[in-house]
Amino acid sequence: MPTTAPTDPHPGLAAYSEVTASEASLRRFLHGLPGVDQVGAEARAAGLGTRSIKTTAKAWAIDLAIRMVDLTTLEGQDTPGKVRALGAKALHPDPADPSCPSTAAVCVYGDLVGEVKAIVGDRVNVAAVATAFPSGRASMAIKLADTRDAVAAGADEIDMVIDRGAFLAGHYLQVFEEIVAVREACARPDGTHAHLKVIFETGELQTYDNVRRASWLAMLAGTDFIKTSTGKVQPAATLPVTLVMLEAVRDFREATGVQIGVKPAGGIKTTKDAIKYLVMVNEIAGEDWLDPDWFRFGASTLLNDLLMQRTKLTTGRYSGPDYFTLD
Amino acid sequence: MPKKSNTFEYAPAPESRSIVDIKASYGLFIDGEFVDGRGSSFKTINPATEETLAEIAEASDADVDLAVKAARRAFRGWSRMSGKERAKYLFRIARIIQERGRELAVLESIDNGKPIKESRDVDVPIVAAHFFYYAGWADKLEHAGLGANPQPLGVAGQVIPWNFPLLMLAWKIAPALACGNTVVLKPAETTPLTALLFAEICQQADLPPGVVNIVTGAGSTGQAIVSHPDVDKVAFTGSTDVGKAIARAVAGTDKKVTLELGGKAANIVFDDAAIDQAVEGIVNGIFFNQGHVCCAGSRLLVQESIADELLTKLKRRMGTLRVGDPLDKNTDIGAINSAEQLARIRELTGIGDAEGADRWSPACDLPSAGFWFAPTIFTGVTQAHRIAREEIFGPVLSVLTFRTPAEAVEKANNTPYGLSAGVWTEKGSRILHMASELRAGVVWANTFNKFDPASPFGGYKESGYGREGGRQGLAAYLKGASL
Repeated sequence: MPTTAPTDPHPGLAAYSEVTASEASLRRFLHGLPGVDQVGAEARAAGLGTRSIKTTAKAWAIDLAIRMVDLTTLEGQDTPGKVRALGAKALHPDPADPSCPSTAAVCVYGDLVGEVKAIVGDRVNVAAVATAFPSGRASMAIKLADTRDAVAAGADEIDMVIDRGAFLAGHYLQVFEEIVAVREACARPDGTHAHLKVIFETGELQTYDNVRRASWLAMLAGTDFIKTSTGKVQPAATLPVTLVMLEAVRDFREATGVQIGVKPAGGIKTTKDAIKYLVMVNEIAGEDWLDPDWFRFGASTLLNDLLMQRTKLTTGRYSGPDYFTLD
Repeated sequence: MPKKSNTFEYAPAPESRSIVDIKASYGLFIDGEFVDGRGSSFKTINPATEETLAEIAEASDADVDLAVKAARRAFRGWSRMSGKERAKYLFRIARIIQERGRELAVLESIDNGKPIKESRDVDVPIVAAHFFYYAGWADKLEHAGLGANPQPLGVAGQVIPWNFPLLMLAWKIAPALACGNTVVLKPAETTPLTALLFAEICQQADLPPGVVNIVTGAGSTGQAIVSHPDVDKVAFTGSTDVGKAIARAVAGTDKKVTLELGGKAANIVFDDAAIDQAVEGIVNGIFFNQGHVCCAGSRLLVQESIADELLTKLKRRMGTLRVGDPLDKNTDIGAINSAEQLARIRELTGIGDAEGADRWSPACDLPSAGFWFAPTIFTGVTQAHRIAREEIFGPVLSVLTFRTPAEAVEKANNTPYGLSAGVWTEKGSRILHMASELRAGVVWANTFNKFDPASPFGGYKESGYGREGGRQGLAAYLKGASL
């Protein structure tokens, strides 16, 4: 798991320094990206959704999906007890089956990072949402303090939200500079960095053209991951939105040599859904992204469905929900 | 070879063929009954395995005569039946097609070689939609703008190709029946099975005997239908050569004719196109149904300024196409329909090599038995290459470039054909301009190979005449009607 971000921009990004030099040049660049045809993108996503993944392929995909889950709780009612339980679940999703892998991370609000960390240690990552999640409506000073708090508490990963108001108003450079500043706030005293994910809240950006522009903006700003949604706005993650983001990371690596991860979050509840996403990762971005370092699911109820399907494949029988642990 | 840990191997996901019951031999469907033919017989095979599926009767001239006579007898009752009553039969047929959809899709894939995802998600649903659509017209013909009291023509002789066996049957039979005609239809020699299953569906729907007659056979059977003196209307979909022969055969008679023939469609990509979706449209345009599509986008015209970028993306996308078992639900490209067609594709692609075009195909393992051709593109192609002019009717794309919109129009129209064209641009005004300049029966904008029963389809120039589908499709089966 790369938890460090390079201090100096990647050499592949150097060619883009002029793009981000001014509001005007950044706008020209983002508006010059090829458009996305909505009907075509949705048809492609639906087409990939008809792939039939069975038997050995299904077993492989389920284990990979479990390893990609950022097991998440982001509620006002979260307590130390609740997030500790989630930490235990992330370590051993299926206590009855030691061959079941751990999830990638647990994702909580920043003030609860220490509680989870005490349970999972270094065996599972702890991700914290920051920057006035979920709306992003706060001053920059508060957003940065929010981030530093979480990093100081031991967060391995920071899931920040962009200022959608600024983005929709066309203030791209402001959004860019916020991401750069938050990335710097992810630095630890020992020189390493917490891993940064940038949440677009695609349900508020609405158009696929905006999703593509936001993806390039965040990648140029040095994020490690791009993430669809907070889970607090509908629609959250969808297959076509994730398709556009996977195209963006694929094209960005081709242009710069830098690989960026993708995290759909919110609304992915079933094994069937998760497998559709993995098929899309495989056929759009390629197998280099079929790894928890490069693709994550932001989810809560998804994990138990993955476990039920996993047990069904190994035993040939469905078990009731009482045979799987509560989150 | 050691397997990389993050390689996502899709396990085989075959659709079960137990749902279809293929008989050892089939007769002809005449006057509501399956009868033995008086001629010889031939075999139909599975092009993916070369396994013999069934023995099929080859209808002789005498058999065709019986079928035409049955259709003529049935015409009296069928044409005088109220449109509302005819609609009931068509609606019933449409519903049975939906109910038996899986059976029809599996049988189509076995006999034709097309992937099950296409027969299941494209062919069969559009077939049902055609019957539903024309069922709706049956009692509204006087409101179609084709005259106050439109009258059917009589007996329609219909000859259809092997690329969309059931879909072409629907395009022919649904409007003919809705207008009060009766039909004698010949499916293609290599793909008769779904037409014979459709005959069973006619029985199941209690369609009056003789309204639909299915006679199987090869060219001579088709000729017997077309030249039969008691046939009032000839409808043909197939090659331009045969279409010309039919036009000669009916010249000087009272027969009405519609021909839907070959094509060499230009798929035009401008520099401002939504490039990822354009790549999908190119793939769909030429690799859908193994490229066995008369309106296939077989000539890619790409603006020179984005040609390299587009081709890089296209090649990467072609690398994800899955070629193989048509019944596997994850197969994108199935088998070439016949040894004869495979030989034709090999011959023309060989000419492409000889003429100096650059051939490229992704690495793909082709099965050893059956007829297969890897998805292929030729770059460095000009208007002077034969592969840019002749219809290959296979998964082979010729790539040409252009500099300006005017040059794109010139090159797109510089073909003896004119069935379809595609335009990819984010500029709406350019779409409208191109649509008015392109001499093609169908112009798709930011999409390709989209078919809807409400939309008329047909060609310019050597791509044929007459329209199928929509209100326009009724005119082909009514007296004195034209649009």
